[in-house]
Amino acid sequence: MSTGHAHKLYRHGRSPVHLLPPHCKIAAALCFVLVVVSTPREAVWAFGLYALLLAAVAAAARVPAGFVLRRMVIEVPFVAFALLMPFLVPGERTEWLGISLSVPGLWGAWNILAKGTLGVATSVLLASTTELRSLLLGLQRLRLPPLMVQIASFMVRYGDVIADEMRRMSIARRSRGFEARSVRHWGVLAKSAGALFIRSYERGERVHLAMVSRGYTGTMPVIDEVAASRRQWAYAAVLPFSALAVRLLGWSP
Amino acid sequence: MHVPDGFIDLPVSAAAGVAAAAAVAVSLRGARRELGGTTHAGSSGSNGNYGGYGGEQTAPLAGLVAAFIFAVQMLNFPVAAGTSGHLLGGALAAILVGPYTGVLCISVVLLLQGVLFADGGLTALGVNILVMGVVTTVVAYTLFRVLVRVLPRKRRSVTVATFLAALVSVPASAIAFTLLYAIGGTTDVPVGTVLGAMTGVHVLIGVGEAVITALTVGTVLAVRPDLVHGARGLSAPLKLKVDGELVDASPDAVPASAASPRPVLLAGLVISLVLAGFVSSYASADPDGLERVAADKGIDTAVADHASADSPLADYGISGLDDARVSGGLAGVIGVGATLAAGTGVFLVVRRRRLDTDKAGEAGEESVRA
Repeated sequence: MSTGHAHKLYRHGRSPVHLLPPHCKIAAALCFVLVVVSTPREAVWAFGLYALLLAAVAAAARVPAGFVLRRMVIEVPFVAFALLMPFLVPGERTEWLGISLSVPGLWGAWNILAKGTLGVATSVLLASTTELRSLLLGLQRLRLPPLMVQIASFMVRYGDVIADEMRRMSIARRSRGFEARSVRHWGVLAKSAGALFIRSYERGERVHLAMVSRGYTGTMPVIDEVAASRRQWAYAAVLPFSALAVRLLGWSP
Repeated sequence: MHVPDGFIDLPVSAAAGVAAAAAVAVSLRGARRELGGTTHAGSSGSNGNYGGYGGEQTAPLAGLVAAFIFAVQMLNFPVAAGTSGHLLGGALAAILVGPYTGVLCISVVLLLQGVLFADGGLTALGVNILVMGVVTTVVAYTLFRVLVRVLPRKRRSVTVATFLAALVSVPASAIAFTLLYAIGGTTDVPVGTVLGAMTGVHVLIGVGEAVITALTVGTVLAVRPDLVHGARGLSAPLKLKVDGELVDASPDAVPASAASPRPVLLAGLVISLVLAGFVSSYASADPDGLERVAADKGIDTAVADHASADSPLADYGISGLDDARVSGGLAGVIGVGATLAAGTGVFLVVRRRRLDTDKAGEAGEESVRA
């Protein structure tokens, strides 16, 4: 809570990327990923250029490479899956260091690794240059149903509270000598989960009553309307359009 | 595990996105009904008192439930020697807060995981919501409602139904993923291998999920039974003792049944038809485990052919059709249809008998009064 309302994934800054309206950034990120996913996997050099484009964005946002790379650890399970593919896929085989690998499997692994990594890097850059609340406002500007945005913002606001509640329960369990070691202890953990649900739901009821007593009618007023000028849209569009240019250059009919 | 970008091709991802958006739109309306004042009016408990406010209760409650799902996914359950797993939460959400709110909460969790934590690709968001949110929730809730209706009206049967619903929901989501993979997968791993590996692993995960979900629902049921959406019809109506005899506290307060089951039933029917008709044609043609063991051990030499061995559907293929896939698929569809017809028949007979006994009881009362 000492960090105010910023989340851990956000990296504070006043770079041109930080200052862009959130919905421009979300739209740009989505279009960029769409272009990347639609690129045929044989255009190996195109993926290199995409990575360079993302590196340029990171440099413009003054987000250090180490920060982005550390956050990309989330991808590890799929890397493991991709590394298995050359052994699983049938088809033409090739020899590499004395191991027999399948050619379509290698292409498949490359496809997943390249596109997945670029997608993860894009999301990481988006989250580290956009504050959580403005991200939700941006989603609302992009016509996500307001009720959905409200639910998401409640989840974001109370996520830490509920997680802290869970941590307190864990401390209480451990201070009574409990240590979860095997399946036999599931009962205790499940009781904690049940208690957590009841506490969360009842907190929801209390929050609702508190809000109703302050005049809540089911919609949240938008206080800080973020409008994007044409220049800001154009600026945000640089990333997807340069990716599209790369994509069209690499077009092989 | 969340599907990343580039794993499913663009047209199928886009189609999944449209389907997921439609499911979320339906859930937004349904969740208002589930969390709003009207359905709560019949249930006892503190939350039954603020009917009349309509749907503005939805956002805080669904938001807090989503936060709960998000937190409970971080709760580690030790399995053995250092490994541990966590809850997926689809079945839990469906049974605790109802299917619509469940879909909504899981979708919000997946959306934020994709945008904030880069867990699951932006273009694969529709696939993730469809596979992990909609399929698990709808399958779990459909099965749960059917089981609760069939089993005796006791608290224990809610636990049993929860266990089975959660157990089936996880492999069902794995099968749904395999279906999307079969249509639009970008890699060349054979569909049979994917199906085998995914279902095998997810049956194991499903067992853990089922145990934890049943225990958790049991806990909530013991403390605040009114909060368990799936067990709403099971509470006995409140009776008051007036002049020495029991009378219903409010005659019109029938236990609130869940929202109309028709959409859920239709979705279940469509899914089972698609699975039977389409996926089964990709299923392994090898003999299943039992048949294989029997063949290996020579047990099957003594087995006489089944009485219906020469029926048109024997060995799940249709005689007279040469294409093995088409015939297998058709056999699946016909099988689902026949099962549905038989099930409906049994249901109708049972219901008619129940109505008859009710009528007989009323008639008896009236004659006594007369």
